[in-house]
Amino acid sequence: MLQEESDLSLIIAQIVQKLKGSNLYSQLERQAWASLQRPEIKLESLKEDIKEFFKISGWEKKLQNAVYSELSVFPLPSHPAAPPEHLKEPLVYMRKAQGSWEKRILKSLNSMCTELSIPLARKRPVGEQKELLNKWNEMGTDEPDLSLFRPVYAPKDFLEVLINLRNPNYENGDSLSFRTHLGLIQVPLKVKDIPELKECFVELGLNIGQLGIDDSTQVPPELFENEHVRIGQKVLAEQDSAAAQQYIRQGSPTALRAELWALILNISSQPEDVLYYEQLKTNVIQHDLLVDSLIYKDVKLTASNDDYYFVFEDYLYQVLLCFSRDTSVLSHFAYNSASPPKSYIRGKLGLEEYAVFYPPNGVIPFHGFSMYVAPLCFLYHEPSKLYQIFREMYVRFFFRLHSISSHPSGIVSLCLLFETLLQTYLPQLFYHLREIGAQPLRISFKWMVRAFSGYLATDQLLLLWDRILGYNSLEILAVLAAAVFAFRAVNLMEVTSLAAAEAVLADLSTLKVMPLLQIFLFATVT
Amino acid sequence: MSRPKNQNYKGHGLSKGKEREQRASIRFKTTLMNTLMDVLRHRPGWVEVKDEGEWDFYWCDVSWLRENFDHTYMDEHVRISHFRNHYELTRKNYMVKNLKRFRKQLDREAGKLEAAKCDFFPKTFEMPCEYHLFVEEFRKNPGITWIMKPVARSQGKGIFLFRRLKDIMDWRKDTRSSDDQKDDIPVENYVAQRYIENPYLIGGRKFDLRVYVLVMSYIPLRAWLYRDGFARFSNTRFTLNSIDDQYVHLTNVAVQKTSPDYHPKKGCKWMLQRFRQYLASKHGPEVVETLFRDIDNIFVKSLQSVQKVIISDKHCFELYGYDILIDQDLKPWLLEVNASPSLTASSQEDYELKTCLLEDTLHVVDMEARLTGREKRVGGFDLMWNDGPVSREEGVPDLSGMGNFVSNTHLGCINDRKKQLRQLFYSLQVQKKASS
Repeated sequence: MLQEESDLSLIIAQIVQKLKGSNLYSQLERQAWASLQRPEIKLESLKEDIKEFFKISGWEKKLQNAVYSELSVFPLPSHPAAPPEHLKEPLVYMRKAQGSWEKRILKSLNSMCTELSIPLARKRPVGEQKELLNKWNEMGTDEPDLSLFRPVYAPKDFLEVLINLRNPNYENGDSLSFRTHLGLIQVPLKVKDIPELKECFVELGLNIGQLGIDDSTQVPPELFENEHVRIGQKVLAEQDSAAAQQYIRQGSPTALRAELWALILNISSQPEDVLYYEQLKTNVIQHDLLVDSLIYKDVKLTASNDDYYFVFEDYLYQVLLCFSRDTSVLSHFAYNSASPPKSYIRGKLGLEEYAVFYPPNGVIPFHGFSMYVAPLCFLYHEPSKLYQIFREMYVRFFFRLHSISSHPSGIVSLCLLFETLLQTYLPQLFYHLREIGAQPLRISFKWMVRAFSGYLATDQLLLLWDRILGYNSLEILAVLAAAVFAFRAVNLMEVTSLAAAEAVLADLSTLKVMPLLQIFLFATVT
Repeated sequence: MSRPKNQNYKGHGLSKGKEREQRASIRFKTTLMNTLMDVLRHRPGWVEVKDEGEWDFYWCDVSWLRENFDHTYMDEHVRISHFRNHYELTRKNYMVKNLKRFRKQLDREAGKLEAAKCDFFPKTFEMPCEYHLFVEEFRKNPGITWIMKPVARSQGKGIFLFRRLKDIMDWRKDTRSSDDQKDDIPVENYVAQRYIENPYLIGGRKFDLRVYVLVMSYIPLRAWLYRDGFARFSNTRFTLNSIDDQYVHLTNVAVQKTSPDYHPKKGCKWMLQRFRQYLASKHGPEVVETLFRDIDNIFVKSLQSVQKVIISDKHCFELYGYDILIDQDLKPWLLEVNASPSLTASSQEDYELKTCLLEDTLHVVDMEARLTGREKRVGGFDLMWNDGPVSREEGVPDLSGMGNFVSNTHLGCINDRKKQLRQLFYSLQVQKKASS
C-alpha cells in the first residue's frame, strides 16, 4: 500500500515536472491571473475559487487531457533506482541487439555517404533556397537523380535481425526440443492468448455495435449508427481525451474522425505550433540533408505508386522533410529502446562537444516509412496540423514497429504474438506452411511493420487505426495478421511454396477488418 | 458504307410485328475492340456478326450513324447505341444553345429560382459567330482566364487557355493562313468558355469527375445513373501562373498520358467512392449530400433541355460520359457531355469498372426481355428520371412534401451490383414461373 502511494506520488511529480515546461502551464498561469478580475474569486477562498473557475471554463479538462496524454506513454513502473537505460529497455540483451543494429544502419549510411561523396548535411546556396521555397507546395514535380541512393534498410533486413535475437539466459540448445519455438522468433516474451485478448478487446465483442460492421448497408442506421454518431458529437463537445479514447474503440464516424484523433492525441493547433512548423520549414530550406534524398526515394517508390496515395505526394515531402529536422522528437528516446545516431563535425571525431544527432530528429527512415504518413493525409489538410498528428502518432506508436524492445507493443512481441496465435489456434495451417518453407511471419511481417498501411483499403485502415488509438496498443496488428491467415486458411492449405503463399496473401484490399477481428477473437471455436 | 434509300433496304432482325419476345440468340455487331468486345462476347446467347450480316444489336460509332442511320430499317426489337442527333447534347456549341433556350423557358414558366438551377455551365460563346458578344463579355471582366475548345474534338486536343485578346487574334491569324492553303477544310468551330479559376483541389491537384448516364428514351425521358465513376487528376500541381502548361489544366487521361511526368503505373484516377469518402471526412455528410444533389440536377436539366430536340427513336439508347468540375465552393460545373465515352481501360480497376458498366447497360437495354419495366435499380444503375423524379422511397412520391423527397440516385455509394442482379433475376424468374 505504501509502495503504491509513493509510486503514485512519484508519477505525479514526474508528470508535473514535465508539464511545467509546457505551453499549457503558462496558459493556465495567465488564465489564473486574469481570473482575479472576476467577481466570484474571493481572497479568502482563492485556491478553491480558481479551481472552480478552471472547472467551469474548460481549462481543467485541458489539463486532464494533457495528463492523460502523458500517462499513455509513461513507462511501466520500475524500480526507483533503475538507470535511464532501463526505462528505455529493461532487458540487457535487447539493448545490446538494438545497439548493434543501429551500428549497422549507421555504417550503411556512412558508406553510402562516402561512396557518393555527398555530405551528410550542407547549407544550401541562396539561389537553391529561393528555388525550393517557390517549389515548396509541389516538390513532387522535382525529379532528382536518385538512382544511386538505396534505402538504408528494408523491413526484411530488420526481420533477419529479429530472427537472430537470442536470450543468453535461456537455454534453447541448438537441437530441436520441446522448448524451441516453431516460429521464427526465438525469444521467450510473454504474449497474450485469446482469452486474455478477449478481455483486453472487450469492446470488439459480438454483442457490441461496431463501425465497420454495424454500419453496413443492410443494417438500419437506427440500430446503432445514429446513436453512435450522436455520442461522438457529444464527446467532441466535451473535449475529453479519455472519453474519446473509450468511444473510438467502437470506431469513429468518418466525419468526426479527424477531430477525434486530434483530441485523443491532444493536438490543438495553437499559433505556437504553426510557428514551430514554419521554423522547421525554414530549416529545410536552409540546409540539405542526405536523409532528404532517402525520403524522396522512399516517397517515389512507395506512396507515389499507390493508387490512392499518389495524390498526396507533396504533403508527404512537406511532413517528412520537416520531421527529420525536428529535435523535439529526440525526447521520445527516453522511452524508446533505440538511441539517436551520433555524428561528429568533420575532423572532430570522438570529441563530445562536436557531436550532433544525425538526422536532427534521430530517426533514419527506411523503405516504406512514408506510408505512416500517407493515410493521415486523408484526414488532415493543413500542413502544420498534419505534421503534428503524424509526429504524435510516431512518438506514441510507430517507433515501436522498428526498434528492438520487449514492450508488449514492440515489434518483437507483435511477431511472437502473431506466431503464437497461429500456432495455437491454427496448428495445421502453421505446420503446413512451415513444412513448405513458408514461415507465416515472413509474409505478415511487412504488414505489421507498416501497420497495414498500403495493404488495406483506406477506409478499413482508418477503422483499424481507430482501435490502435482506442486501446493505446499495437497488439491489434498481430491479431489482424493472424485473422487474415485464418480467413485464407483454406487456400493456404493447398499451396506448396512460399511464392504461392505470398500470392494468396498478396491482395488484402478487399478485406473488411472488423468482421475478421471479431470472428477470430470471439467466434472461433478453440 | 451508305446504302441508298430506294434500294431494297437491308432489314435487320427477323419477323416483324412481334412483341418483345425472348430470342434464341442475339446477334451483335460492334467496331470497338476493347472492354465492350469482351463484355459482348461473354454474354450468354449473344453471337457476333461481322460485315454484312444482319444484327439485332449494334454498338456503333458516330460516323457510321451519321452516314447510315437514315437508310437503315430496324425491326421493333433492334437496338442501337446512339440517338440520331445526339450532338444536340454533346457538341459544345449546340448544348450551350439548347441550355440557354431551356433556361429562358424555365424563367418564363417557373421563375428566376428555377431558371438559376441551369447555371451550371460556364459562360460560353460560339466562335467565330458570337465573337463580338464574347469581346463585350471579355471587356467587362478584365484579367480573367478563358479557355478555347474545339467544338467537336475530344481527348483534350486543340484546347488552349488565354487571358488577352491578342492571344486569340494571333490564333485566328494562324488558322486563317493555314486555311488559305487548304480550301476544302472548313473552318473549325470553337467555343470560348470562361475558365473556372478556383477548382477544388486535392493534394494541390486539379481533377474532374467522369460520371455515366444511360438514357433509354427522351420522350418520355428515362435516364439511369451509374453508381461508379472516377475522378481524373491532373499530373501536376494547379497554378494559374502557367496557363501554357496544358498538363496542369487539362485532366483528360489522354493528355496526361503524354506528360513527361506520367507514369502509367500511377494511373491518375480515384474511384468515386474514394472521392465521396474523402469529401465526407473533410466536410461532413450533409455538405456532400448537397453537392451530389446539385450534380443530379445537372444531369436532369441538361437532358431536359434537349428533350424536345433529340429525335427519340425507340430503337435508340445512349450511354453518356458526363465531365463535371467542382470548384472551391463545392459547386459543380458541367464541362461537357460525351456520346462515346472512352471504353478502353487504363488499369485493372478501370477495366472492372467499365466491364461492369457495360454489362449493366446491356441488362437495362434488356434484349433478352427479362425485365418488367418497373425496376428502379439494375445492377449499378439507379433509375434517376422516369418522366419525372424518381424517389428512393417505395410507392408514388409525395411531391407535395418536397422537403422529404430523396432522389433515387446513389452516385459514389457502395455498388453491390452482383448481389442485386442475382436477387433481381431470381425474383423475375419466380414471377415468370408464377404467371405462366
